[in-house]
Amino acid sequence: MSGLTRRGFLAAAGRVGALVLAGSGARPRLAAAADDPVLAGRPLVRYPEKTDLILLTSRPPQLETPMRYFDRAITPNDAFFVRYHVFPVPTRVDLASWRLKVHGRVDRPLELSMDDLRTKFPAVRVVAVNQCSGNSRGRFAPRVLGGQWGDGAMGNAEWVGARMRDVLAMAGVRQGAVQVTFDGLDKPAFPTVPDFVKSLDVARIVEDPDVIVAYQMNGQPLPMLNGFPARLIVPGWYATYWVKNLSEIEVLDSVFEKFWMKPGYRIPDTPCGCVEPGTAPVRTVPINRMTVRSFIATPEPDAQVGAGRPVTVKGIAFDGGSGIAEVQLSSDGGSTWRRVPLGTDLGRYSFREWSATWTPPGPGRHRLMVRAFNAIGESQGAQPLWNPPGYLRNVVEHIDVQAS
Amino acid sequence: MKPLAARVVIAGLLAGLAVGPASAQEKQITLPPDHDYARLLAGPGREVTQTQCQFCHSTDYIVMQPAGDAKQWEAVVTKMIKVFGAPLGEADAKTIADYLARTYGRPR
Repeated sequence: MSGLTRRGFLAAAGRVGALVLAGSGARPRLAAAADDPVLAGRPLVRYPEKTDLILLTSRPPQLETPMRYFDRAITPNDAFFVRYHVFPVPTRVDLASWRLKVHGRVDRPLELSMDDLRTKFPAVRVVAVNQCSGNSRGRFAPRVLGGQWGDGAMGNAEWVGARMRDVLAMAGVRQGAVQVTFDGLDKPAFPTVPDFVKSLDVARIVEDPDVIVAYQMNGQPLPMLNGFPARLIVPGWYATYWVKNLSEIEVLDSVFEKFWMKPGYRIPDTPCGCVEPGTAPVRTVPINRMTVRSFIATPEPDAQVGAGRPVTVKGIAFDGGSGIAEVQLSSDGGSTWRRVPLGTDLGRYSFREWSATWTPPGPGRHRLMVRAFNAIGESQGAQPLWNPPGYLRNVVEHIDVQAS
Repeated sequence: MKPLAARVVIAGLLAGLAVGPASAQEKQITLPPDHDYARLLAGPGREVTQTQCQFCHSTDYIVMQPAGDAKQWEAVVTKMIKVFGAPLGEADAKTIADYLARTYGRPR
């Protein structure tokens, strides 16, 4: 067939069909994982600049990436998860009027245009994982309240932008400055709802050349729902600090403790960030560095495979910035583990691809487990850790497949 | 430059496109309405719960939560009032907490 291929035609026809069905109130398309207790019943939806993602909430929008996208190191922009806290979220930005305001305890308050950001500071590139603090919260036992994410509130991208410390240097941070706050264009409709504002220590920014204000994501302008025109990148730390649609930066001479810093987004002040399941922590601190995690993206759970026939097993591993040193796979319930080959190293903040070949020894159900170790020897627990807000999950993951 | 970009956005909207031009100058999107999956289950108090809660957020925030006892749902309603400033009177707050405990209070 020349010109329009059969496959292309079917895809196009399917798309038209889907639009018609959507318009006639047909049953919603569901996230594929019918057996997954967290994702079961959740619809697949298509948002602007996005492909089909798993709906968590409509307003404010929260969308989850299907696991199959984690068979590669870089998450496509259109598959990247979305998480907002307050509504309305920005739906229109004109760079002719957009400015990044820098003020507070500084010598020279700034109002930077996108041209300023691009031309007045060196452009820095960092590949880094952006993972929601509550990723996998739906899997906590005992269950906890909050966004009931599966495992898809994460993604990895190449970010390009200006160093936050260069921006602060231009403004001239005054003696006695303690923290810097970051605010975006998402503003609650009601003044009683706490605006989403996050803070970092001045030292966290000044000491880390990889904390940037990114205006490019995988070679493109950011999708609106991932923070167009610019967002903060805090490599190694949870996404709660990566403020989207960034518009205002303020330098403070005190610790900022409004709602989304306190009591929001805090973990138990214990070495594991965890407490006995069902109990409350004595003291808390703001969530920070990510725990070590690894996932199997393919085959998918409950896949049918051939006994005695090799299967390619693929996925990713990441941590809070030490870098992944080793990934191991077990096919006997965790009794024995073997080291699997890693993909290209894109930097210590990035997803690290891994892949292995596994041959089901015989028919029946088989469990595949994966665990990772980082460069400082941290790994994942055989038992899940627990805390009341449902953060830091990093238990050893597994899938079951059926061989025949 | 700007007038041209603006015209392209308007043309895109007229054509039913959800995304503005990829031009670096301006971006505009249109969000879909709340999904049907957020619709609350039938029961006494459903109407006031649906109306009051969706004033600020889609009710999939409720639908997705783990089943909880009356104490859990009462605490959620109290948090919405005290932390997020939901303008709920005492009677409505009780109706909503009761509805949630009754409807989303058991394994479903």
